[in-house]
Amino acid sequence: MDLNFTPEENAFREEVRAFVREKLPVHIRHKVMNGLRLTREDFVAWQRALYERGWGGPTWPKEFGGPGWTPVQQYIFEEETAAGGGPRLIPFGIKMVAPVIMAFGSRAQQERFLPKILSAEEWWCQGYSEPGAGSDLASLKTRAERRGDRYIVNGQKTWTTYAQHADWIFCLVRTDTEVKPQQGISFLLIDMKSPGVTVRPITLLDGTREVNEVWFENVEVPVENRVGEENKGWTYAKFLLGHERTNIAGVGIAKRELARLKRLAAAEHKHGRPLIEDPLFAAKIAEVEIELMALEITNLRVLSAEAERRAPGPEASILKIKGTEIQQAITELLLCAAGPSARAYVEEYLEAGYQPDAPWPDYVSSVAAGYFNMRKLSIYGGSNEIQKNIIAQNILRL
Amino acid sequence: MHFTFTEEQQMLEDTVRRFVARDYTFERRRAVAASPEGWSREVWSRFAELGLLGLNVPEEHGGLDVGAVETMLVMDALGRGLVVEPYLSSAVLATWLIRLAASEAQQRELLPALARGETLAAVAQAEPGARYELNRIAARAERTSEGYRLRGCKSGVLHGAAADWLIVAARTAGEVAGYDGISLFLLRRDTPGLEVRAYRTFDGLREAEVLLHDVHVPAAARLGAEGQGLDPLERACDIALAALCAEATGIMQALLDATLEYLRTRRQFGQPIGRFQALQHRAVDMLIQYEQAKSMTYLAAIRSRDPDRRERRRALSAAKVAVGRAGRFVGQQAVQLHGGMGMTDELVVSHYFKRLTAIELTLGDTDSHLERFIGTMRANG
Repeated sequence: MDLNFTPEENAFREEVRAFVREKLPVHIRHKVMNGLRLTREDFVAWQRALYERGWGGPTWPKEFGGPGWTPVQQYIFEEETAAGGGPRLIPFGIKMVAPVIMAFGSRAQQERFLPKILSAEEWWCQGYSEPGAGSDLASLKTRAERRGDRYIVNGQKTWTTYAQHADWIFCLVRTDTEVKPQQGISFLLIDMKSPGVTVRPITLLDGTREVNEVWFENVEVPVENRVGEENKGWTYAKFLLGHERTNIAGVGIAKRELARLKRLAAAEHKHGRPLIEDPLFAAKIAEVEIELMALEITNLRVLSAEAERRAPGPEASILKIKGTEIQQAITELLLCAAGPSARAYVEEYLEAGYQPDAPWPDYVSSVAAGYFNMRKLSIYGGSNEIQKNIIAQNILRL
Repeated sequence: MHFTFTEEQQMLEDTVRRFVARDYTFERRRAVAASPEGWSREVWSRFAELGLLGLNVPEEHGGLDVGAVETMLVMDALGRGLVVEPYLSSAVLATWLIRLAASEAQQRELLPALARGETLAAVAQAEPGARYELNRIAARAERTSEGYRLRGCKSGVLHGAAADWLIVAARTAGEVAGYDGISLFLLRRDTPGLEVRAYRTFDGLREAEVLLHDVHVPAAARLGAEGQGLDPLERACDIALAALCAEATGIMQALLDATLEYLRTRRQFGQPIGRFQALQHRAVDMLIQYEQAKSMTYLAAIRSRDPDRRERRRALSAAKVAVGRAGRFVGQQAVQLHGGMGMTDELVVSHYFKRLTAIELTLGDTDSHLERFIGTMRANG
């Protein structure tokens, strides 16, 4: 057992750190470090910078244009880019649909889609959830009927993150209604510009419009845009969920936010002393920091097991649960640390970034929004309760 | 970075696990704990034969001098067996304190005998009212013409009555809570004026109160430089703390296994109770806490001998907090999920729970380590 990184891994860390310092635009860094909102252009600019360095798909193997990093290198990359203020990679292309296309897609699909995911020329979104199919995903109803060399798609998807930015959507659709729900699902790639696709934004509690409803009305999809076999979509969906959970722990992001919390608690005062010196508050910070130290090692344990066996296992569910709990706990503490000025809520500041004339410290403008928005962490990607079901069945064999 | 163990380490772990499974059954443990001494010399001799008592003894003194990972693996296995023998107090804590503070001659006299299992030692540091502060010492050692005269009272001495030698911390200078002025003395248990009052603890182990009634010792009984005892004491306690975390992790794993087995076999409402989602999620929470505690136990082992005091204490205190919280949760939930059976003395579950509870109150509780961790956090800026 050895908890030290190798000299090569440390050198790699330096390389990533230097890259972030040089290539991450200052205004994007400022937004990320202060929890302000990012635009489509911000995400694309960062993805392009990574792409030009050959790092567009940190989790991708070399044969598809990835750097072929080990799980530990991927972890270091995530940690360093998060620490340096890099936006998180938009996962829908890089981490979700791409691994499915690599594993189950045709050569033609791989050549058509993968390069443009890597270069950020095409933005993807995920068509999984429906109004009647959330945690019970297999009950989805969006219908795809075969007519010659096309499918005719009708139905509705919801909670579709960044559908308003997307060029393509990957969808789970029902192609057979006669069999068990899991056996009649197919995996389709649909051009968002197809006639009959409508996107309607959903306003969330923090005022953001990052999720949408996506409606399909007689949308024609060429059969060659089906990934793998007809009615095998559930298998691919489960494979995707496994990949979605790599680096799900979000240790890098949590470390960055913990550092932000400490800065904020040092700047705020209670009884005339820095809040961070208040024993009550210091204990709260310490508790979450200790949880995070443990999660970091748990994460590395999972990664090193993964390096030996390859496919992510159900223990990734542990990382999802604990990682999201920690991130949410930090947003709660940020809110408490900011105190009464956290009540100020002016959307323009969230969009525009730092405003020197604001009547409150600039670091508080996003803490409430962050607290509200991050409630989503324990809901999406399989709610934490669903993760517990997975662990109970697949690890604990109950 | 990797989390695999060498072949030798795995063999060591297997050896202890096999010993526990075959020769340290729950019935045997119950009988040993109920005996007047509260531990078994026969078991101790087996530990010596297996080389366990010399793991932390330098090679030149007849030991194996292995790393902290080996101690972690042994303690984990001893935890599963709920072993009541003074392994932590003598073979880890006292052995390390002798290594860190004693002169070459003192080490030559003690360490080979400790490794062979012929002699046992204990550390008498804590005092009534001092809670977990290592430096809060009121016992005094005053210079006399031949050496020192010791007066005071030591409490919570782990396996104090089992020890042939006691290492007593007493003040040669300074105020009660001062950091300097603490000296260490090596005393035979039969030294005139030294009174050892043994008592049982709720986990079936033994501790002692040690009264120093004008105990006269020669100057040669002092371990290390006068007044400089706190540093080795702290370092030895940190090493023991890492070992204690490993014991707790082993117990938690055993409790989790027992609870899962119970959930799969106990039937109510016509089905195994493990089919009920409320209980499934509770079991998952136990697993998560256990895994997090295990991660911190690894960190504690790796950092336990780190000469950088701040780094070491930060990691060890974080580990004790994580292990303390997890141990309490896993212990309480194991009892809860076993229902009425969890409340009985008959099942091993309640005994694991009690040992975990005692561990939380040993070598610093959760709050005291949280406080110590905050101290290192602040020094961090």
